[in-house]
Amino acid sequence: MALNTEPNIARPDDFYQALIDAHAGLTEEQSAALNARLILLLANQIGDLDTLRAALAAARDADGHAGSEP
Amino acid sequence: MSSTYKAPEFPYARPPELSAGGIARTQVAIVGAGPIGLAAAIDLAQQGIDFILVDDNNTVSVGSRAICYAKRALEILDRLGCGDAICARGIEWKVGKVFFHDELAYQFDLLPEPGHKRPAFVNLQQYHLEECMVARLAELGHGVRWKNKAVGLAVRDDGVRVDIETPDGRYAIEADYVIAADGARSALRDLMGLEWKGQVFRDRFLIADVHMKGEFPTERWFWFDPPFHPGQSVLLHRQADDVWRIDFQLGWDADPEEEKQPERVIPRIRAMLGDNRPFELEWVSVYTFQCRRLDRFVHGRVLFAGDAAHQVSPFGARGANSGFQDVDNLVWKLSRVLRGESPATLLASYDSERVEAADENLLNSTRATDFITPKSAVSRTFRDAVLALSRTHPFARRLVNSGRLSMPTTHRASPLSTPDHDAFAGAMVPGAPAADAPVQVDGHAGWLLDHLGGRFDLLLFDAEDDAAEALAAGLGDAVRVVRITSSGAVQGQLIDFEGRAEHRYDARPGTACLLRPDQHVAARWRAPTVDGVRAALALAQGH
Repeated sequence: MALNTEPNIARPDDFYQALIDAHAGLTEEQSAALNARLILLLANQIGDLDTLRAALAAARDADGHAGSEP
Repeated sequence: MSSTYKAPEFPYARPPELSAGGIARTQVAIVGAGPIGLAAAIDLAQQGIDFILVDDNNTVSVGSRAICYAKRALEILDRLGCGDAICARGIEWKVGKVFFHDELAYQFDLLPEPGHKRPAFVNLQQYHLEECMVARLAELGHGVRWKNKAVGLAVRDDGVRVDIETPDGRYAIEADYVIAADGARSALRDLMGLEWKGQVFRDRFLIADVHMKGEFPTERWFWFDPPFHPGQSVLLHRQADDVWRIDFQLGWDADPEEEKQPERVIPRIRAMLGDNRPFELEWVSVYTFQCRRLDRFVHGRVLFAGDAAHQVSPFGARGANSGFQDVDNLVWKLSRVLRGESPATLLASYDSERVEAADENLLNSTRATDFITPKSAVSRTFRDAVLALSRTHPFARRLVNSGRLSMPTTHRASPLSTPDHDAFAGAMVPGAPAADAPVQVDGHAGWLLDHLGGRFDLLLFDAEDDAAEALAAGLGDAVRVVRITSSGAVQGQLIDFEGRAEHRYDARPGTACLLRPDQHVAARWRAPTVDGVRAALALAQGH
């Protein structure tokens, strides 16, 4: 399964607000922990390792690390 | 300080060569009489190969050290004739529990199906195992040259000279081959100047053997961040004689000398037990982990096995267990080469197969260690996230890694295997270790694996008499034909009375499976022919 980077979220602004709201009142450390739990839950939902690897590579590339191993 | 065990002092005998020219000639010199060197000696003795086994000490291991013997190692020990003694002395277990804080996060059963002679694991202190093996070697008419230390090595194209130091002076062993089984701090590896590549983990662990009347079940218990040892991990194993092994993670900054002191150790154990029950400390050690291996295990006529060839962290019990598999793989090949039955190039397959296995073990061991001892802040964040989710979300339990326990390697790319031409399902692919199954022979209950190994076997399922006789006649002494049937009792055949062998080997009437002397699958057919089996045999024998 290829990584879908075309728009796929029906109400993007609602999602984005929900994401930020989930971190309300948390310390940086608590936010990092929440993000980690969220990534694990979403990764399990996707399941397919090739798709997950493509997502990891895309995330890494977007941060200016193009060409390096994730 | 042990109250439950008194280590034997094996007698040193002055080697006759000290006064007779100074040279001992033998086919194989084995350096190191730990579990791996002893296994090699027993296997060579069973193969009728001449050897000398030397050890720099004159007793068994100090402390319990390797304690968990996996099913495959026990099957190998069965083939070596000491499985019963070791299993009778040890304690069986198959369930592991992982706790986060004070709650159960994850539980696993390592052998959920019945119909195997050996359990998933037997726990036994290494000193007991070594004593059983020394006794087995004596039964075969062989001994160990205790207090004989290898101090020099000269490797030539046609043999090896090992210089030996004894309390009475020096002599040399001239051998065709040397098996280096001298452990993680291998002197032979240093003498040859071989690179020991890998990594050391920046963490320290306290390991304690504790004698007590415990009320813990016979299971492997692992805690992440328990209330009695905050921020670190703890591992508990039961051993024989009411001795329990407890490993406390200490962190990199711990002082190894201070942490070994009873006044530091006793409160840790007291906090874990949470009550005032009496216990005694039997042995305490502080260690770091390393994950390393040699580039190659075959260096001319010097063959490295066990910890001398590869070293892993203890989480997963992949040290001694993989060492036994090294010996299982090596000795039949070396014996064939020494008898002139196979070319010396057969030994290259020991290198490729066991390097493959070592890499599998190193990968599993490194991953477990990264989970237990996260190397960065973000790694710890994810580890804690997995543990937090594991309490309520089943998917996360599969990510919890307190050690993936030792499983034998299937040599999928083995140069000795004949690829399948027929369609098969199941795990018995070429390169796989043979699965066990309950069988009956002439009315007596037994186990399939006890009828296989030590030589090449052709396991033949529900064959017509004519076909079986034609195969046996055509193959002659090269292979032992072992017939097995699931359709009632036939004199002289193994009876697969529960149909488990048929199922595990995906067999139909006439199916045949060629097994190596180490009980690994070399080839399989739906309709075997003499020519087909001969060709597979030649490949598996390195011709």
